[in-house]
Amino acid sequence: MKAPAFAYVKPSTLDAVFELLERHGEGAKLLAGGQSLIPSLNMRLSAPELLIDITGLREYAGIHASVDSVRIGALTTHAEIERSAEIGKHLPLVARAVSHIAHPAIRNRGTLGGSLALADPAAEYPACAVALEATIVVSGRNGERRIKAEQFFKGLFETDLKPGEVVTAAEFPVAGRNDKSVFLELSRRRGDYAIIGLAAHNSRFVFFGAGTKPVLAGNAASKTSLQEARAALATDLDPPADLYNSSATKLHLAGVLLERAWNTLSTSH
Amino acid sequence: MGKAELPLHAPGTRVDKGYIGQSVPRPNAKRLLQGRGAFVDDLRFPRLAHVAFFRSPHAHARIKRLDFGNALKSAGVIDVFDGRAVAEYCTPWVGVLAHLKGIKSPPQHAIAIERACWQGEAVAAVVAESRTQAEDAVDLIDADWEELPAVLDMDEALSGRCVIHPELGDNICFKREHDTGGVDEAFAKADLVVEETYRFGRHTGVCLEGRSILADYNAAEHTLTVHHSTQAPHMMQDVFSRHLGIPEANVRVIARDVGGSFGIKVHVYPDEMATAALSVMLRRPVKFVADRLESFLTDIHAREHKVTIRLACSKDGEILAFDLDDLSAIGPYSVYPRTSGIEGNQVVNLTGGPYKHQKYRAKLNVVFTNKNVTCQYRAVGHPIAVALTEGIVDLAAQNLKMDPAEFRRRNLIPDDAYPYTFPSGVKFEKLSHHQCLDQLLGLMNYASLRKEQADLRGRNIFRGIGLAAMIEVTNPSPAFYGVGGARISAQDGATLRLEPTGMVTVMCSVTEQGQGTEGIFAQIAASAVGVSMDKVRVITGDTGVTPYGGGTWASRGAGIGGEAVLLAGRALLSNILDVASKVLNLEKETLDIENNAIVDKLTQEKKMPLEELGRITYFRPDILPLDFQAELTVTRHYTPREYAFTFTNGIQASLVEVDTDTGFVKLLKHWCVEDSGTVINPMLVDEQLRGGVAEGIGAALYEECLYSPEGQLLNGNMADYVVPMSGEIPDIVCAHIETPTRQSQLGAKGVGEAGTAGAPGAVMNAINDALAPLGARVTAMPFTPERILRALGRIA
Amino acid sequence: MEHALDITLTVNGTPVSRRVEARQHLVDFLREELGLTGSHVGCEHGVCGACTVRVDGEIVRGCLMLAVQANGCKVDTIEGLSDSKEVGELQRAFHERNSLQCGFCTPGMLMAARDLQLKNPAASREQIRAHLSGNYCRCTGYQAIVDAIEEVLHGKS
Repeated sequence: MKAPAFAYVKPSTLDAVFELLERHGEGAKLLAGGQSLIPSLNMRLSAPELLIDITGLREYAGIHASVDSVRIGALTTHAEIERSAEIGKHLPLVARAVSHIAHPAIRNRGTLGGSLALADPAAEYPACAVALEATIVVSGRNGERRIKAEQFFKGLFETDLKPGEVVTAAEFPVAGRNDKSVFLELSRRRGDYAIIGLAAHNSRFVFFGAGTKPVLAGNAASKTSLQEARAALATDLDPPADLYNSSATKLHLAGVLLERAWNTLSTSH
Repeated sequence: MGKAELPLHAPGTRVDKGYIGQSVPRPNAKRLLQGRGAFVDDLRFPRLAHVAFFRSPHAHARIKRLDFGNALKSAGVIDVFDGRAVAEYCTPWVGVLAHLKGIKSPPQHAIAIERACWQGEAVAAVVAESRTQAEDAVDLIDADWEELPAVLDMDEALSGRCVIHPELGDNICFKREHDTGGVDEAFAKADLVVEETYRFGRHTGVCLEGRSILADYNAAEHTLTVHHSTQAPHMMQDVFSRHLGIPEANVRVIARDVGGSFGIKVHVYPDEMATAALSVMLRRPVKFVADRLESFLTDIHAREHKVTIRLACSKDGEILAFDLDDLSAIGPYSVYPRTSGIEGNQVVNLTGGPYKHQKYRAKLNVVFTNKNVTCQYRAVGHPIAVALTEGIVDLAAQNLKMDPAEFRRRNLIPDDAYPYTFPSGVKFEKLSHHQCLDQLLGLMNYASLRKEQADLRGRNIFRGIGLAAMIEVTNPSPAFYGVGGARISAQDGATLRLEPTGMVTVMCSVTEQGQGTEGIFAQIAASAVGVSMDKVRVITGDTGVTPYGGGTWASRGAGIGGEAVLLAGRALLSNILDVASKVLNLEKETLDIENNAIVDKLTQEKKMPLEELGRITYFRPDILPLDFQAELTVTRHYTPREYAFTFTNGIQASLVEVDTDTGFVKLLKHWCVEDSGTVINPMLVDEQLRGGVAEGIGAALYEECLYSPEGQLLNGNMADYVVPMSGEIPDIVCAHIETPTRQSQLGAKGVGEAGTAGAPGAVMNAINDALAPLGARVTAMPFTPERILRALGRIA
Repeated sequence: MEHALDITLTVNGTPVSRRVEARQHLVDFLREELGLTGSHVGCEHGVCGACTVRVDGEIVRGCLMLAVQANGCKVDTIEGLSDSKEVGELQRAFHERNSLQCGFCTPGMLMAARDLQLKNPAASREQIRAHLSGNYCRCTGYQAIVDAIEEVLHGKS
């Protein structure tokens, strides 16, 4: 389980990153926290020619709250998000989600940008981003693009990122006084990827582990009664089976989470 | 500290047993706490070469061509070998035992020749200057395969439609039938017959330290020194000698720190044999450490069984008979030298074990398949036998509307019925089922838990209480393996030496895997001789140093090795007193050793420190009488022989809450009452039990090696193969009944496997108890959320 | 582009410089290049926690960080924390309560426990279990480990 040989470079500017990406194309991979990439290297599931370590670009880390949004730099770690009083205050959904991500030692290295760019359909942040209608900020040679989260996640480990582009931040609207959110996930072990999870913000129910990307359950949300909503969920979701759970099981579990979130949202403040 | 009297269980024995029975910390844990242990991978050798294996990507395939051209050119590569090249140096083996009548298996080579029979079987070895370089070269091996039909399903294997080893005629490795007679009659007259089929997922040990071996051949001396993460150094010494053609005296096996074993590291593994052969071939040290992916593919798996069991009982709840049909699949080879027939054999021996019925019939079929091999993993057969028995017993109690604790009370073998011969033929010296049951029910406050359970059900909270009584094989005699022709020692030895400084050195053939063997040997030696524990140093795990013995398996370390240490300690005491008698010119009978000094036995008056006695013995023996020679090194051995196995008994209980919406099971608490005879160190015993329970919980709820229809292991990594961790395991309450075995002076029975043996059955019964009001039952381990939801009819 | 790079870092207070392959992860570097074999290789895919070390004051998986990424960092391993006695109290409690059996997980377990002690000294039993949830122990059943940490945090016996 030793990684195949690759070259490594740690540029200090984003322009240098663009240049490297341009020069090496498909053979280059960006290394942020590395918590998903390095296992795949150790297992020789991935064999890049070059790793571009972007963790030296410290200006792309950090949390900045303004009146109506919170901007989280791509290189902000899960641990920084977990500790942030501003996240706790303005983005309670994200604050709740982060403690479900793996374990402390992994949260110390893993980054928001890495998680968003990887677009693992079972990961927590992409679902939160879609639920909260966050904007993903990406940069490339030709400048910055701002993409709505719902449009950013396109498929299984697939995003709207174009070759040469890098995720630099995500901007989340600040939760209002009357906003309500619920974060639920079912995993067999603490810290494991979810069998199924739900990031719900007001009427936006976004499931993860439920498809090739975060799935917004629009039909269910449009219903006025829980019973109808649960029934409609099958039209929103067609979750792929995993090693231990059939599609039907996951759909059932999604319904359970929907019910729990629905009940919480309709009673809590 | 006082000294241990012999036997410890004799009437009138001093209550004070020295350190025996005390929860003293293990002296050898300190180096591990500082990260200064000596695991095989921690050793540093000059000219060390590293091996990585090219493994079959197919479950069953003919090797048409292997091309090493590119691999040989890769940086750092020393050489690349196929099966034929290694076979020149290492002869094949066959995993059969004479007393398992009819067991058969084909010869197995260190590196497969011509054909691979499971995904992960090594078919070539790359030796390089680093493991990384060896892996680079493995990727460059070019192979052509002809895929062969893979037999993966047990029933399919049994049918013999496709035979894996045509020369054997069928896919049946081993079969056994046992019948006391009168079973059909018992079922005919029974008021109640219950029948159920249970399935047990294939799982594996997941030792945190992968299998590790560093073989160092010295061509000048024709000696082989093997640093090995193993439970049985002497067995491996014999195996290396026999199959590599090196005289046994020239082979030394050293097992220092071993990072978990659980039965995984007591078998002969082809890749480890190949590593030793490669060291001979290349005349330099060669190391192999199984990485995590290799561990899942090649560490033995265990417990793939499908069993149908029937129980007959009267309307008063008297069990009349059990009838059992077990089908188990073991992969393509019976593992050497213990065989893969033992697990099923144990199921036959042990099912129904705690109960007093007289009629018993069992049928066992053990079949070959094209998955990784299975063999003895912690508690071997017990988790299956216990779960079967306790599952069907609960079902019978449920049918009779009888409380499961009461049902057990009516059927457990009475505590005064011993010695007792069980219908399977095994003999019990002395067990304490009723004492254990009483203690358990009190400890868990059974009655109030039942009340709480009933109250919560009214609020749609589904809690369950599960009991599992059990018997367990410990301290095996030669009847386990030796009588079948295996060169596996059932005896062990201990050498004790008084050093000039008054220190006592203990060398014992039982090994340490973390269970605290060295710690309890220090306790026993100190107590037997009369010194403080800081004066004892223990050495294990080195065939060049310790007496000959079996090592660590089948819960035998404390009971057998501990007895050898105790006997040697008493002999050393006697020999020391001989010297003291001469030096002090006093009658030996008036002397004793207390607290590191010779004392007057009656008054405890200190006569001479041991270090003074040591000084005289070793440096001034000229002052001792001419006709006297001091002997301050003694060796004693011990073999249990009176009973084939020294059975222990115990009972566990599990309290769970089932979320009937999600199928998730929350373990709230677990209790374990165990009678392992004399308890040498309660703290170590309790944590052994807890660790065992945790592994049993893994089996019940989480762990299963999943294969695709093509025979590919689907979850061979730690993210997908789910072992329970700190967030999943509940607090576990332990208590003890002590019924010492009269076969030994120490009276200790084994305890290492008890937790694993009983926990799956207890958890299963707790889940089914929780589901009972909903009319649902689960019988296929592991009880995943999906399986529970399916039982509840929540999903199709 | 370089496949091997020069790095300088401080390990257990001592500055070290080496030329390392880019692909070598931190725990292999510590073990193979520096002979610090206390940090163990358990799974190499970030699940078991046996390789837990501290980088610039934060615990990380040694198998999920490249050695080259530790360039300029301050790395602490079990050997360093033992010699400085920083984990002395935890080691004492682990020893007295037999919170280890084979000891292979123990260095990582102690690194995680020390991290909790620094970050959340008031942690509840449940929070202790949560903080250790990424450290696999096959031997103990975890209870004695949790007990030992609870004792050190809260002086319970």
